[in-house]
Parts: sequence; C-alpha cells; structure tokens
Amino acid sequence: MANVLLEMKNITKTFPGVKALDNVNLQVEEGEIHALVGENGAGKSTLMNVLSGIYPFGTYEGDIIYNGKVCEFHNIKDSEKKGIVIIHQELALIPYMTIGENMFLGNERGKKWNIDWNKTYSEADKYLKMVGLTDSSKTLIKDIGTGKQQLVEIAKALAKNAKLLILDEPTSSLNETDSRALLDLMKEFKKQGMTMIIISHKLNEVSYVADKITIVRDGSTIETLDCKTDEISEDRIIKGMVNRDMTDRFPKRHDVEIGDTLMEVKNWTVYHPEFAERKVVDDVSMYVRKGEVVGIYGLMGAGRTELAMSIFGRSYGVGISGKLILNGKEVVLRSPKQAIEHKLAYVTEDRKGNGLVLTNSIKHNTSLANLKALSTNLVIDKDKEYAVAAEYVSKLKTKTPSVEQLVGNLSGGNQQKVLLAKWMFANPDVLILDEPTRGIDVGAKYEIYCIINDLVAAGKSVVMISSELPEVIGMSDRIYIMNEAKIVGELPASEATQENIMACIVKTGKEG
Amino acid sequence: MNNFSIKNVLKKNTMIIVMFVVYIFFVIMTNGVIFTESQFTALISQNAYVFVLGAGMLMCMLTGGNIDLSVGSFVCLVGAIAGVVSVIHMVNTPLTLLILVGIGVLYGVILGYLIAFLNIPPWIATLAGYLAFRGAGTEILTSVSTTSAISNFPADFLAIFSGRVFESPAGILNIPCLIFGVLCIALVAVMNFTSRAGKVKKGYEAEPMGYVIGKTILEAAIIGLLTYKLAMDGGIPTVLVWVVAIMVFYSFICEKTVIGRHFMTVGGNAETARLSGINNKIVMFVAYLNMSILTVIASLMVTARFKAANSFAGQNFEMDAISACIVGGVSAYGGSGTVFGMAIGATLIGIINLGMSLMGLDQNWQKVVKGGVLLAAVVFDIWTKKNSGKK
Repeated sequence: MANVLLEMKNITKTFPGVKALDNVNLQVEEGEIHALVGENGAGKSTLMNVLSGIYPFGTYEGDIIYNGKVCEFHNIKDSEKKGIVIIHQELALIPYMTIGENMFLGNERGKKWNIDWNKTYSEADKYLKMVGLTDSSKTLIKDIGTGKQQLVEIAKALAKNAKLLILDEPTSSLNETDSRALLDLMKEFKKQGMTMIIISHKLNEVSYVADKITIVRDGSTIETLDCKTDEISEDRIIKGMVNRDMTDRFPKRHDVEIGDTLMEVKNWTVYHPEFAERKVVDDVSMYVRKGEVVGIYGLMGAGRTELAMSIFGRSYGVGISGKLILNGKEVVLRSPKQAIEHKLAYVTEDRKGNGLVLTNSIKHNTSLANLKALSTNLVIDKDKEYAVAAEYVSKLKTKTPSVEQLVGNLSGGNQQKVLLAKWMFANPDVLILDEPTRGIDVGAKYEIYCIINDLVAAGKSVVMISSELPEVIGMSDRIYIMNEAKIVGELPASEATQENIMACIVKTGKEG
Repeated sequence: MNNFSIKNVLKKNTMIIVMFVVYIFFVIMTNGVIFTESQFTALISQNAYVFVLGAGMLMCMLTGGNIDLSVGSFVCLVGAIAGVVSVIHMVNTPLTLLILVGIGVLYGVILGYLIAFLNIPPWIATLAGYLAFRGAGTEILTSVSTTSAISNFPADFLAIFSGRVFESPAGILNIPCLIFGVLCIALVAVMNFTSRAGKVKKGYEAEPMGYVIGKTILEAAIIGLLTYKLAMDGGIPTVLVWVVAIMVFYSFICEKTVIGRHFMTVGGNAETARLSGINNKIVMFVAYLNMSILTVIASLMVTARFKAANSFAGQNFEMDAISACIVGGVSAYGGSGTVFGMAIGATLIGIINLGMSLMGLDQNWQKVVKGGVLLAAVVFDIWTKKNSGKK
C-alpha cells in the first residue's frame, strides 16, 4: 500500500445561497492517477480550486492534509510551493510570448532585476524534451497548435517542481491523436513517480488512464472506484454520475420520413484568411435532405468548422468557390444576414466566444437572430419577445429562474439550450450544429439529442459536426468523414462503426 | 427575492440619491444660492451640451467602450465655420444650418469609414481630429478677427438654441411654462400607472402599487419644483426643449428599437453579433456618424449661449461627455448603459461644477474634485457589481 499523499477531509464550501461542496472526502495515493468525474456543476473544479488555494484557507470548512501535514493555502503560490500545480481547462498561455517566456512566467530564472535569458531558454528546452516536444523554446506560442500548447502547459508545471499535478479537462481541445499522446505521457510520468489528478468528461479516457476514479455528484463524493479491483465500464461510471442507468444514451427517433434534398454544396473550396495559399476546405461536395441528420466527423483541424462557417454567409475564409444549392436553386450568400434570410442557421461550437452575449439576458439572446419577427418598423414588441423566450425556456427545459437571467450565470448545458433556442427561433430549414454537446454533462447531452430529433421530426434538416464518435454514430442517418480539408468517406448509419470511420481517416492519411 | 424591497430600490437608484445628497450639500454650503431661480436656468444652459454629447458618446461606448476624442475640437471648428458663414458672409440662417449639418455628416462619414471599414482604433482616429480641428478652428478665427472670436450672430440664428419659450419677465409666473409642467406631470403619472396595469394584466412581475405611487409623487414633485423655478425665471429655456427631445429620442432608440439592440449586442460580443446577422461595420459607422451630427448641435448650443464663436470653445467637452457616461453607469467595456443613467451622470457633474463655482472654489481645485468624483464613480460601480455578484 502506497502512502497517502493527499487527503481532503470533510470539505464544505458554500457560496451565498448555494452549497457547492458538501462534506467532500478525497484520498490520493502517491504515484497514482486519480480521476475525478461528474456532471457539469457537480463541484469538481470547485474542489480543485480549494486544493490549489484559489479559494483561500478560511473560506471553506474541512482539512487539507498533504504529505501528512494539515495545510493552509492562502493563494496559488502557497500550494505551488508545496508542489501542487493545477493546469486549467482554458489554456493560460500568452500568444505573443515565446514558449520559454511563458514557461517561467511568474517563476523567472535569474535575479529579480536581471532575468537570465540563457538559463531560461536552456531550462525550457530541457522541460520541453521531458514532455516530448522538439520545438525550440524560442518559438512563439501562437505558432504552435493547441495540442502542443497543452504540452507546454505541462512542461510549465514541471518547471515548478510539481509533485501533484492537477489536469482540468486536459484533452477538451485536442484531437484523438493528441489526446492519446497526452494520456500516454501521463502514464509515463506515473512510472517516474508523479501523482496526478485528472478531471475529465471523456469516460473512455478516464478508464484508459486512471488507477482510481472518484465520482462527484451534486457537491458530494459518491464513491471511489479502484480500477484494479472493481469492474469498470463507461456505463458503470455514468450510473454513478447521474444515478440512473443510461441503457440508451441516444434517444430513439420515431419514423421520420426523409424527403428531398434541402441543401447541397458542390466543389466547395475555401482558403485560409491569413495564409491565402492554404486550402482549409478542399473540393467538398455534400448534401442534406429534409428530415435527415447528417453527421460530419473529423479530427480537430480537419476543416469542419471552416466548411460550416463558409457556407453560412461566408463568415469564414477567403477565395471561396463552389456551388451552394438551397431547395434546388443555386444561391450566393455574402453575409450571415443573407444566410439567415435563406433559412440557414449555424449553431457555433464556441457558445461563449461567438454564440451568446453573456452579459445579456436569456430573453435578449433568444430573440437576437430574428428581431425582425418581433418588431414593426424597427420597434421591438417587448411582450412578444418575453413570450417567445419563455416558450423556448419551457420547450427546451432550460433551468433558470426567469428569462431575465443573464446567460453568463447559466451552466454550460443551459447556455447551449439558449443558443439552440436562438437559432430555432430564427426558423431555419437547415441547422448546422457545430459540436452541440461539447463540454456539457451527460444528462444535458441526452436532452440536446432529443431536441435534434424533434427538429428533424418537424421537417428540418440537421448537419451535426462532432468529434465524438459514439455521438456521430448514435445520432446520424448518414455520416461524412472529413480529414485534412477533404471529405474522405460517406457512410450510411447502418455501416457506421468506429472501426469503419477511423479506417477512412487512416487510409487517406497514408495516401497523403 | 423581492426586487422592490427598500434595499434593492435604493441600490438601483444610488446615483440619483447621491445626486440629491450632493445637491443638498451645496444648498447648505452656498446658503441657498444654488436653489434660486436663476441658478436653475444656469444649471440647464451651462450643461446642455453635456447631455447632447453624452447621448452621442453613449452610442459609441455601447459598441464596445469606444470613445470620440475629437468632439471638443470639432465644436470649436463648427463654431468658427458658423461664424464665417453666418456673420462674415451673411448667409441666411436655414442655409447656414444646412451647411453646418452637412459638415457634420461629412466628418461623420469619413470618421465612420476610418473606424468601421479601415479598422483604425477609435481613439487614434479621433485623436487626429482632436488636434487638427482645434488648430483649424483657431486659425479660421484668428484670420478673420483680431480677438480670435466672432460675435454679432443674427438674432434668428441665436434664437434657435438660446432664450426661452414664451418668454416673460423674471419674477412673474410664466403661464405656458406652468401648463407645460402640469402636462408633463400628468403624462408621467399616466405612463407609470398604465405600464403597471399592463404588466399586471399580462401576468409579468409588476411593481407593488405603493412603489408606483411613491415614485409618481416623487417625480411629480421634482418636475413641479423645476416648473415653478423656471416659470419664475422667465420660462422654459429653449435649450431644455432640445435636450429633453434628444434624451427621449435616444432613450427610445436604445430601449425599444432593433437598432438599439444591435448597438448593445456589438458591444456585448462582437463575434456573436456578426454571426447573428448583424452588420458590425454599419453599427460602428452609424455610431460615429451620429456622434458628429450631435456634435454640430452641441456646437450651435454653445455658440448661441456665448453669442460668439471662440477659439477656446469646446475645450475638454469630450471628457465631460465621457465622464457623464461613466458616472451614469455606462459600461466602459460596452454592451450596457442607458440614456437615463447618462443624464443623471451629466446632471450630477453639472451640480458639482455649479456648486463649486458658487462657493468660489479655485478652478484648479475644481478639477481635482472632478477627477476624484469620476474615479469614485467607477470604483463604486465595480464594488457594487462585485457585491451583487456574490449574492
């Protein structure tokens, strides 16, 4: 039995009005990878913020026992001194600084008034090698991909002499290859004696990498599963997280009749807005029929979002060529406004960045894309607006005290519902959903799937972009597979298996 | 949660309360001088331009905390051109106004194009105007006049923005002013009660009856007092009519129209706005075009008040307008703010200015106080937001 490195005992943390953590207990042994899973808002991140001193000692109840000693962390510096380093979900690197500068930010090498740059870069290179990066530490962050940036974050943590590394959703912005590489790196660190806590939504990753899994639900720790002794399956974990058996993770669609082609693109090519010689979408042809859910699967960077946004009123890319046919007629859409007028909707993957106005109410966000329907002579009918927002809140089961609630105060799943409501109210025929369930919990995912089914049942067409294979397979009638800017395969639902889809990607990778 | 508990009502109207406290403070400090009829008129005519420029600045700030530094200098240039056209070339007043508004539109189009379509940061694009217009205005004035000022504007030109509506001698009750005041009170009362009745009928959350009654009585008292004071001092200043009309118009634009919603959205999240079918460039363009036209109006107000065009006219006006917005709770990052809030901010700053002048406080100390007030307003705003966030 290894030593217990960290023990969090009876941690209770209250925010005014809400008990975010209620008597949480967590034990982490030295040299293990401990996974923390739970629905959004279950309290995982709050717990880690307590541990790392972001919520300072005194604002919570309970004890943190680290290395056998009760600790009082007043800020993040205190916990880092002891070797507890947290890597947040959102990368905190500064784009126009070099890797080396970023790595020692706040932890500069040399004297206080005289930074030793030679030492900085040579040490940075050393840590980069440890995480398997061969780039020079003088490279600017903006010039490397998100996968590498995540590795730089880890190298940065190592440079702080981390003994206990906390990774909050480390793979949320990585593609499958990079994710796998990261998880393997974690296993490698484990062999060298590092202790790690990983927070993740992706259950397959958790079962791949973790030694122990603690399930958090509604601010309490429910149970800790030991991967050596317990039988671990994704369904088993999900049951713990939501306290119900998820025998059916995807709702059944009731006999939707598939009709004529609603939208078709032919030989669609798009170039990168900054590197004008780079094709981000290369000669893509695809179509979607009435009442059909078409999945587009591809790894991150395959060009899926670029395809969708360029179709949606040329909101991305330059030098766009190809035909767009809506309802049998060729159209040219020059702005999102024209796209909306032609009954097209693009529901973004980045709801906070470009989908919602977080400082505005649910009401204002819902009406945003279709104010025309609510106004006469540019004057908004506020009663109607209120009624519409209230209708969608009840229809989509958005959890909120009122439609006046600011969207920024909602959880991820509920924000996604507001985003969907906004585009449903715009009354489109074709909805392009870009990663509609990213970063939301299992229960909310199921509800989003139900909404998608309702949409096609009402005769709409849905194009669903996703990088989660089970979701694409479970939801789509037909699947396009995209890789390196091209469509590399098309499979009907009946032939779609994880193996077939991955085979399409691997095959083209070899040819290229 | 009760939105209408005394605590919440006070919290929502802090700036109004601060305004009254400050006013009472100056009534005591000036032995009641600030409460006399002529000071009411002075408060309005001295600060009219702040409301007008504040409305324009508000629209700019809504689009994302953008400001226009050139308004003060543009006030000077427009004044100078007005003098040359109207006094020296003796062009008739309607044509003069047309020329001036045309100049405003021209500058607005150029500025809007630079900012919206060439993506030049607003403070840089307007910094150029800040420098150039002051120079150009002064140059025009010195080249035609030894005192670098043009006076002797025709009476019909001045009457548009100065003087009073249905003027009567001071000390005698002005009847049209009284009638207008009573009508205003009636209108406010009817609006308050019908708005509540509408909310009740549709089943929305409505204010308690007592709150509406109290609010109406307070509003009636303020309008009544203002009416009485103005009626005793010769009637409604013409400039007040302009200010009220502009405030009502922009309030309506901001709160009730699609255009206003577009401004808020662009400031709240520009990318979201773009992908929701809003043309961000047009919004930015309109913001600066609108600012320039309002600046022409403000310039005419100032010229009419001094009955002359001066090379120092409009100095620091941009700062006055920005201060009014900030003190009035307009977000410095864009996306939120109201015309009413800005108007309260402008009034508060006006009261402080007038009060300090009446107390005979040194000009330099006045600046120190104003700086302090601005900083306090921002700190207070952030502090209350932080506290309410925890709730």
